[in-house]
Amino acid sequence: MQRFLNDPDDLVDETVAGFVKAHRDLVHLSPENARVVVSNFAPEAGRVGIVTGGGSGHEPAFIGYTGRNLVDAVAVGEIFSSPTAKSFADAIKAANGGAGVAVLYGNYAGDNMNVKMAARMVAKDGIEVATVVANDDVCSAPATEREKRRGVAGEIFMWKIGGAKAATGAPLAEVQAAAQKAIDACRSVGVGLGPCTLPAVGHPNFQIAAGQMEVGIGHHGEPGTRVEALRTARDVADDMVRLVMEDHALPAGTELAVLVSGLGATPVNELYVLYDRIESQLAGLGMTVHRAFVGNYFTSLEMVGATLTVMALDDELKALLDMDCASPAL
Amino acid sequence: MDNITNRQITDIFRLIALRLSEARVELGALDGAIGDADHGNSMAEGFAAVVRATSAMIDASPSELFMVAARSFHSEVGATTGPLYASAMMAAGRDLDGKTVLTASDIVSLLPSFARGIAERGKAQAGDKTMMDAWGPAARAAAEALKAGLPAQHCMARAERAAREGCDSTRAMVASVGRAARLGARSLGHVDPGAASAVIIIAALQEWLAGRDGTGAGDRV
Repeated sequence: MQRFLNDPDDLVDETVAGFVKAHRDLVHLSPENARVVVSNFAPEAGRVGIVTGGGSGHEPAFIGYTGRNLVDAVAVGEIFSSPTAKSFADAIKAANGGAGVAVLYGNYAGDNMNVKMAARMVAKDGIEVATVVANDDVCSAPATEREKRRGVAGEIFMWKIGGAKAATGAPLAEVQAAAQKAIDACRSVGVGLGPCTLPAVGHPNFQIAAGQMEVGIGHHGEPGTRVEALRTARDVADDMVRLVMEDHALPAGTELAVLVSGLGATPVNELYVLYDRIESQLAGLGMTVHRAFVGNYFTSLEMVGATLTVMALDDELKALLDMDCASPAL
Repeated sequence: MDNITNRQITDIFRLIALRLSEARVELGALDGAIGDADHGNSMAEGFAAVVRATSAMIDASPSELFMVAARSFHSEVGATTGPLYASAMMAAGRDLDGKTVLTASDIVSLLPSFARGIAERGKAQAGDKTMMDAWGPAARAAAEALKAGLPAQHCMARAERAAREGCDSTRAMVASVGRAARLGARSLGHVDPGAASAVIIIAALQEWLAGRDGTGAGDRV
């Protein structure tokens, strides 16, 4: 695969540099830490700060969700690699308006460790930190071991809800509870059709053979639960809906937010092909789609494939989802 | 046996950084097979940051020095490696609390301290295909050899051998925690890069002790 690349070692810094230039109306680089992107609307005195962070290569996640009524500061890691504890700590400080900071991140070993260390580091500065760990990927562990599941595109809904709740002026415990409720209401599944290559490595670290697909694949190429012959978009969409809805057990009439994200190299028109069938299938189950998001919201370098995320809404989640926000990605 | 000065501790960190840096292509190739190819680089940069942070700490206690080393490491390195080695150095700092001078056997005792810090933070078990598969056997070998009253250099040689064997054994393991766990069975057949870099660190400690005892290697430090 051909790339637009200078030195692979500079890729993350150059990505962030271009990002803050392109979106200077919404975000800026932290003057203290070149791996922290801060919203132009943060910090706000008396409002709970929202922080996230993770490895690079998932753009527009994570940095793209920095902005108004959304994420206040993002810690940026190397490609597919957790940010440092210091970057998380600096992001927390940048987001702190004196009412505490909610760190909303995905369930990965490095992020768990670095966020914990960061929380301890900022405790010295008197900043109260609450965390919510996203675990929406249904294929990464059985429902009985939900705490082992990875966080994927459901994180976007978690940030949206957490950011909106903070914007209402709610205290830290309520912001944490709303973000937790959002991720608890989310289920996601990924289907991979082609692998991705870390630029510094130069070859894919796993393969998906021609004519095959991997159902349940993770955001970094974590193995799925099934490798099988690629079927029609209709059949794949049906499979994705079945996987998330069987895990979810929602009563008929439930209103949903639905997000279909490309993994990086799948054309956006194919995502709409999937969505057409997904919404029909959900309707067949008696569900109503309140809002849909289709596009490249959370990618994995140039992986070919897509993820489906479904969030079950109640009145609170619906109101928070619909609250106005401004960020490069949403 | 002469006491070990803070300057010499920094020299040890410098030697570790040098050996990791020399191995970064090889570690990157291992990591490229099952990780992100950056392991060697980030480990070398982490220990280089430790050298920068500790080189002026002439009068600090050994415990303080290791605490500063821990902070500088996790400010430089993210992923799981950053917090794990920071925890290793913090555990060493705690174990050295109250000591004013270090001897060669204290350097050997770093291994059980490091292994405990890594295990507490990472919660990996033996056989999970992580750096613990090198640190665990090395720490046990070091502790047993110290208990048997062997000279420090012999203790470290045994630890290094145990670490190498542990590292080799990761080839036949399937990763279940840490970054390589993303690949599940795809990780089979590859040595874990974290275990490989652990061997390099322990070998550098052995090299430094050997050089100090006049066998030459450490003179380059």
